[in-house]
Formats: sequence, C-alpha cells, structure tokens
Amino acid sequence: MTVLSKNPVHSVIYLIGCFFAIAGHYLLLNAQFLAIVHIIVYAGAIMVLFLSTLMLMNLNEETEQHKPALAKISAVVASGVLMLVLVAVLRKADSLPIPLMQDTSIGTIKNLGVVLLDEYLFPFEFASILFLSAMIGAVLLTKKDKAQTA
Amino acid sequence: MTLLNIFSVVPIQYYIFISAVLFSVGVLGVLFRRNAIIIFMSVELMLNSVNLLLVAFSTYHNDASGQVFVFFVMAVAAAEVAVGLAILVTIFKNVHSIDIDELKSLKN
Repeated sequence: MTVLSKNPVHSVIYLIGCFFAIAGHYLLLNAQFLAIVHIIVYAGAIMVLFLSTLMLMNLNEETEQHKPALAKISAVVASGVLMLVLVAVLRKADSLPIPLMQDTSIGTIKNLGVVLLDEYLFPFEFASILFLSAMIGAVLLTKKDKAQTA
Repeated sequence: MTLLNIFSVVPIQYYIFISAVLFSVGVLGVLFRRNAIIIFMSVELMLNSVNLLLVAFSTYHNDASGQVFVFFVMAVAAAEVAVGLAILVTIFKNVHSIDIDELKSLKN
C-alpha cells in the first residue's frame, strides 16, 4: 500500500502502520529498547521529515505522471522474480533448530548499553561524526540555494 | 510467569520469509514509482526488512551485537533521509518537480 497508493500522504500513513507492525515484532523478539527507539526514530522523526517535505513541495494532489506500462510490468516482474528466488533459496536451506533456552535480558537498555559502549565504542563515536556531517550538509544544501535566489 | 520462547511459536524461517517479502516490496517501490519521496520511503522499507532479520537472529543466538548493529543502521538511515530530503528540496526549488525521469541530466 505504501508503494501503490496514489496520494503520497496516504503512503506515508501506510508506512507508519508498517513501522508500528515492525516495532511489534521487535517487542515479540524481546528487543524492548529497539522497539521504543524504532517508534521514536521512524514514526517520530523520519515520517515527520517526509510529511513536512511533502507539504513544502505541495504535492498533496495526484500530480505524478506514472511510468509507461512496459516499465511498470518489468518492475513488477523483476521484483516478483527477486522474491521468488529469495523464497525458493531459503526454502531449500536447512531448518534451524529451536533454541532451548533464551536469555530475555538481551534487549534491555542496560545490556545493550554495556555492549555498545564496550565493544562498539569506536563505531558509536563515528556515528556521531556522521550525524554532525549530515546535519551540516543538510543545512548547507538548503541554505546555499536561498543565498542564490536572494 | 513462564517466559515463552518465541521461536517455538514462530519459527525463525517465518521471519526470514517476511524479511524477503518486505525487501521485495521495497525493490518494487523503487522500480515502480517516479516520485522521489516515495522512492526514499521504499529504501526505508528495505532497510527495515534487514533490521527485522538482524533482530530475529540476534535473539535467536542470544547475542546483543546484532541489536547494536540495528541501532547503527537506524542512525545511518536517519542521516541518509535528512541529507536526501535536503537534496530533494534543493532540486525542487530549481526544477519544480521531483519526478526522477525529469532529472536524468546533471546539467540544466
């Protein structure tokens, strides 16, 4: 539905529904922290970003011209074949045994924080640098154009 | 309260299949639509399918590293969306369209 709805705002709403479903899966898999972070980051931040961009561009109505039928059919065939191949390969794979016991404390904030700041300290710092550069880049990209037009 | 083992109810193969389906839907979105914003959303869908699989296997193996990796993927996705949408806004100011078929050429 995200892909097929004509109105971009509707597809954003469908995408939020999909993200909530994925967050529910995270909860089922004992990843509480990730479920909360997923809802905050995706449904909170990214979708607001998408919606505000849509409003900025004023694309609420159906303005998009669709691709020619040949391109559409080839897109459907290509992704369908990809899905078939993936599913067929995975069906051939040996079935994994069900693990006997499960440590339910893995997804807690305490446990994840220990792993994150212990084993993955360098990637963590690197992610902060990435965010800084992304922030500067986004501001710069939108600001340069204003300076040109003004 | 007894804690139920999720993989005795939903085998991990089902998670693999749902991830494959979600990924294919994302690919379909990228190929099918011309609106650049919807293409970005489809990319998010693909990233999420991979995240779901990572969380499933991290729980399966009782290993927190997978969830930390999902955390990093989310960070990268957020940064990517911020920069990508900034680029789209700039393009829209110049071209007044975000139809990717009209953005074929890099000049003019």
